[in-house]
Amino acid sequence: MNHDNVVVGLSGVTVELDGRCVLHDINFDVHAGGFVGIVGPNGAGKTTLMRTIMGLMPVVSGRVEVFGSPPGGKGSDAIGYVPQRQSISPEFPATVGDVVMMGRLRQLGAFGFPRKKDWERVDRSLELVGMQDRRDRPVGRMSGGEQRRVMLAQALCASTRLLVLDEPTVGLDLPAEHEFYALLRRLIQDLTLTIVAVSHDLVAMAGQSDELICINQRMHIHGNAEEVIHSHAIREAYRCEFDFLGGELAHHETPGHQHDG
Amino acid sequence: MNTLLEPFAYEFFRNGMIASVIVGAVCGYVGVYVVLRRMSYIGHGLAHALFGGAVLSTIVGVNFFIGAGVWALVSAVLIHLISHRRLVGADAAIGVVTTSSFALGVAVVSTYRRFTLDFEAALFGNLLGITPTDLWVIALTSAAVAFVMIVIRHELLFSTFDPEVAPVYGISTGRTELIFILLLAVTVVASTRILGVTLVSAAVVIPPVIGRYLTQRFQTLLLITPVIGAVCAATGMYLSYFIDISSGAMIVLTFALVFFLVGGRRWLRGTR
Repeated sequence: MNHDNVVVGLSGVTVELDGRCVLHDINFDVHAGGFVGIVGPNGAGKTTLMRTIMGLMPVVSGRVEVFGSPPGGKGSDAIGYVPQRQSISPEFPATVGDVVMMGRLRQLGAFGFPRKKDWERVDRSLELVGMQDRRDRPVGRMSGGEQRRVMLAQALCASTRLLVLDEPTVGLDLPAEHEFYALLRRLIQDLTLTIVAVSHDLVAMAGQSDELICINQRMHIHGNAEEVIHSHAIREAYRCEFDFLGGELAHHETPGHQHDG
Repeated sequence: MNTLLEPFAYEFFRNGMIASVIVGAVCGYVGVYVVLRRMSYIGHGLAHALFGGAVLSTIVGVNFFIGAGVWALVSAVLIHLISHRRLVGADAAIGVVTTSSFALGVAVVSTYRRFTLDFEAALFGNLLGITPTDLWVIALTSAAVAFVMIVIRHELLFSTFDPEVAPVYGISTGRTELIFILLLAVTVVASTRILGVTLVSAAVVIPPVIGRYLTQRFQTLLLITPVIGAVCAATGMYLSYFIDISSGAMIVLTFALVFFLVGGRRWLRGTR
């Protein structure tokens, strides 16, 4: 592994929530220019891990670095985040341009007034996600797939080099899901982005990721997607058996084990 | 013509009119975020909590704006803290704080009955009591509220739209919410002289709702809502002189009338 291009580095990270250990001794590096999926059963601590990377959760022990800085440091300016969301309220009176400009907040000039170059950046971000003609449309009236693209454009509008996605395709139908992943692939190539996606959808993550990280409160396995889905470690993490056949997933509870829920 | 201009011959009316316009505008501006953040209940509660402070400041002989202002700010911080601890539901906890404070005011009123008129003014507002000093206090506090709101407008919008994502882009949603609820408390205190604690929440909630009927754009909403608030407040104030209805009640009835007119028009267009 090349250690010069580490985007996210975690070493011995332990995180507690309300006094309860939710992540214990997590270690991995994410390298530039790839799509890394983080998977695990419900309650595995995936969202906590994602929030830890973004500097929103304090660690009890261990070290987190994003672009060589601790969370909240200089590296955090290069993080874009697309949250899990079913839909934006149709009552919220914001246009697509308003929402995308929010991602530019750190770069705005004196008194927070957007300059010409900020609007150009908004237009460029919308163009990247194929929505260049929608800047003035009310965001609440768009479809789920379109809203997801708007949130992606918001994340790209900052000087983003690391994109963190939480359940990126939840609520999308299959064609919209495929289209969204194809778009992410294009962005990785065109912008040399690094993507870290958290998802419960093991099949989609296995199909889309270059690398998979499987956790269930502790590290179970990190490797290329093919290697991970056929490993014993993933069965141990999910406490069940999997059959990956033609992109479909069937799982069988391992006798004597219960799913984490 | 002389009859129409007659009320402006009186200083109390001029003071009241200027105060109404300022209060209508600033309540509308703050109200945009109150409605979008679904904090209407907090606004209503804060106004009621203020009653305890208003009554005590009268009893102790402290200036209304100082006594009620400190009381409102403490209530605002308490409401903020309770909303973020999940020991009981936020709405229930806010209900406990605000109704307790209101009940304290009522208890003191029933003990000191000689202050009934002052307390009526605290409950329903009293335009006759707007002194030039009050007018300056209302104008300066409203200007300060508007200035801070403009400075933190991006933080407010982002944390209102998406409190989950905003921290990733460096916004402290907790701090923004605390600043906002303190600004709301100051707004409520500044407006109570005109509208009273029972009616002030209408000035905060109704103009933004009317504005939402008229525009889908946030920036436009921020511009038109203070105008709606100011025009309705001025109209209500003016009409109250001729109809001889309490000015606070007339202002709120004007808000309600415009709301039903604009809402009804939209409903009719939607059903065609």
